[in-house]
Amino acid sequence: MPPPLVSLDHITRRFGTLVANDDVSLAVQRGEIHALLGENGAGKSTLVKILYGLIQPDNGTISLDGTALRVGSPQQARAAGIGMVFQHFSLFDNLTVAENIALVLPATAGLKRLDQRISAIATRYGLPLDPQRPIWSLSAGERQRVEIVRALIQEPRVLVLDEPTSVLTPQEATTLFATLNRLKAEGKALIYISHKLEEVRGLCDRATILRAGRVVATCDPKAYSAHALGELMMGRDIGAVRPPSGAAVGAVRLRLNQLSLAAPDLHGVSLHDITLEVRDGEVLGVAGIAGNGQSELFAALSGESRTLADAIVIDGHAVGDQGINRRRALDAAFVPEERNGHAAVGAMSLADNLFLSRHALPGLLQHGVIDNNALRARTVEVIAGFDVRTTGPEAAARTLSGGNLQKFVVGRELARQPRLLIINQPTWGVDALAAAAIRQAIVELATRGAAVLVISQDLDELYEVSDHLCALAHGHLSAPRPAAELDRSAIGLLMGGANQFAAEAAHVG
Amino acid sequence: MSVSPWRFKLVTRANPSRALVLLAPVLAVALALVFGALMILALGKSPLQAFDVYFAQPLADPFSLAEIVVKASPLVMIALGLAFCYRANLWNIGAEGQFVIGGTLGGGIAVATHGMTHMTFWILPTMLVVGMVGGALYALIPAVLKVTLGVSEILVSLMLVYVAQLNLDYLVRGPWRDPKGFNFPVTAGFDTAATLPPLWPGGAVHSGVAITVLLVIIMAVVLARTRFGFAVRTAGLAPRAAGFAGFEHRRLTLALFALSGGLAGLAGVVEVSGVINQLQPSISPGYGFAAIIVAFLGRLSPVGILVAGLVLALTYIGGEAAQIAMKLPLDLTTAFQGVVLMCVLAADVLTHYRLTIARRAS
Repeated sequence: MPPPLVSLDHITRRFGTLVANDDVSLAVQRGEIHALLGENGAGKSTLVKILYGLIQPDNGTISLDGTALRVGSPQQARAAGIGMVFQHFSLFDNLTVAENIALVLPATAGLKRLDQRISAIATRYGLPLDPQRPIWSLSAGERQRVEIVRALIQEPRVLVLDEPTSVLTPQEATTLFATLNRLKAEGKALIYISHKLEEVRGLCDRATILRAGRVVATCDPKAYSAHALGELMMGRDIGAVRPPSGAAVGAVRLRLNQLSLAAPDLHGVSLHDITLEVRDGEVLGVAGIAGNGQSELFAALSGESRTLADAIVIDGHAVGDQGINRRRALDAAFVPEERNGHAAVGAMSLADNLFLSRHALPGLLQHGVIDNNALRARTVEVIAGFDVRTTGPEAAARTLSGGNLQKFVVGRELARQPRLLIINQPTWGVDALAAAAIRQAIVELATRGAAVLVISQDLDELYEVSDHLCALAHGHLSAPRPAAELDRSAIGLLMGGANQFAAEAAHVG
Repeated sequence: MSVSPWRFKLVTRANPSRALVLLAPVLAVALALVFGALMILALGKSPLQAFDVYFAQPLADPFSLAEIVVKASPLVMIALGLAFCYRANLWNIGAEGQFVIGGTLGGGIAVATHGMTHMTFWILPTMLVVGMVGGALYALIPAVLKVTLGVSEILVSLMLVYVAQLNLDYLVRGPWRDPKGFNFPVTAGFDTAATLPPLWPGGAVHSGVAITVLLVIIMAVVLARTRFGFAVRTAGLAPRAAGFAGFEHRRLTLALFALSGGLAGLAGVVEVSGVINQLQPSISPGYGFAAIIVAFLGRLSPVGILVAGLVLALTYIGGEAAQIAMKLPLDLTTAFQGVVLMCVLAADVLTHYRLTIARRAS
């Protein structure tokens, strides 16, 4: 058997006292798609950053074709034939596709023949792109194509993809897999990082599983169930979320009447004529790919953006022109997508962060002065009730891991027993155990009779918690339908805007 | 185009040590003293003698100590308001103008009631209130322009300083000039009813100092323990989180400019009624600007500002002494205050970040 095309041997990297990679080895053959699996913080990103020259290992070697290689920088990695597609796009919004691609090429390459080279790559791998379009006008799927073309134009032999499908509709993901299989057939080595275990089982030939910086298994993912892979990653039983009980559905708690809102800035999304109802005891899931108006919808619902009064009705009160605290007073609770700097202030203590969303409700102020004893007691309740791992209510929010801080900001709202919960991306970047706990809490809240609106990019999550589903595409919302009647390809089409185009076609016809 | 082969980078310190945070202002002042010594050497004088005149002698003399307290009072009062603004990332740098307006309006009442003999009890309280309200309204000009038109508050508040100064200059040379003042550009001296009494009978310290100390306590409680103080802290640390908390940034902007302008205006009227006792073309040796240094030197905390105000007042008193005893220019004091500010800011940055210097990859 020939030496692997790329191998990382005995890689160790420490950050202070934390060992991010502990004697990790990984080898990928020509024509192999190799999955790299693990929880957040298991060391996947560190490992691929070492391969790409962004981080230097303390120990261990990288070899290409059996020859040891020092990768001191991304430039050296690219010169050696290692390409990388990042999870977070690193594109300039106001530049064109071609300009963004030119940025990574040597200065001598010139822009003239670049358009042809882009078109050639695009045709060869089924990645249609117009080189002259500015990035801001592209969808998330198209932006990712730019990232992939940008990596491929340098003719890499090894390509690393970090969670490439997290921003794609199911249909777009299928297209991506066809491209990846073509690269595989050409004899390239692919390293594929993903949290979506079903996807990994369908696509990848082998998998390396990391836990706490160590390799715990290297296996054929097709030989394991997704649940078994998940348990290998976690090292323990995850337990499934108990589905919604189908509790008796009550009165309308939240009603949106033709909610429209202009985009807050140049690259924002406008909301168009959004109408929906959420009833007591019901969870409504709003699917959609990032950047289709989720943040704008959340801001309108929370009151951080104002609309016409009648556009948003909570429990019979028109509140579209009212602020977030008036809505909280109507027993509504809100959890934004971004933990750091939006739902919580990193530099402040957990107790202060509890005050952040509760200060306008009774109980925390005495004669206008903050009642520190009451504040501390409420904070301890949240920490204990939602199993937040921390040193106590005085700990700064930024010292908590992502999953623990998310449990805290969700718990802070749920502990109030709200009648309406609006939550955006409830488990984004959260480990599987914390994610399961948060989803379970959402379902239980609805079972106790609250109305819940969940905005999420994660279809698995939405199917786990939702009674009804709809999709947000380009600021338009599809009509909610029972989750049980809507399969993945149908919701995928809605996420791609099929509903909107059908409506527009009907309008034109 | 050539690029420097060295790359300077600030790396965040994960946990700035508590000792470092507390020591930073002390180290900054020590460093500023070193620079000050170099400046004095460059002027051909002995730094040791200068430091003796600047710092040691004033602290040994009871009269100078009283002077230091009187000078620190306006600095602290103004800096308290500025610290609230700066914590919320709002940059009111026109406190000097708000101070002058407060002194002008409050002093105007003293001028208008000059010679009154009956029912004079209301004059002093009214002066204080009018000075405070005047400073607040004057500070609201940049704030309103900022929230309605997006105009930079830095530029407007600064430029309004000169408007306030020239306005006072015009009044004392023109309509408010003392008819019996031998054509000097000053108003008549204030009556007793328009003068802040000393803290104790015959004392050199006026009772405005007590107001300052009271304000330090009030502002410390407001910042740490009230919803308003919480809103100020949140707005500076995480503006989006402040929006999530329901604190409206426009209202906060207006409130904080009114607060800082009000305190500067109050300091202005306390100065004219407690120290100067008349209006003259200039009523401030730059208190409004020096208070910016005091605010940062005191780490934007009320108690820290109290200490920092005393330190800076010492440089004023020492500067005057050095001018007389050693013929050192008064500008040296201003330059030294600037050096102190630079050192404090640098110490602040280096407390929270580590400077790394790396050679660029070729």
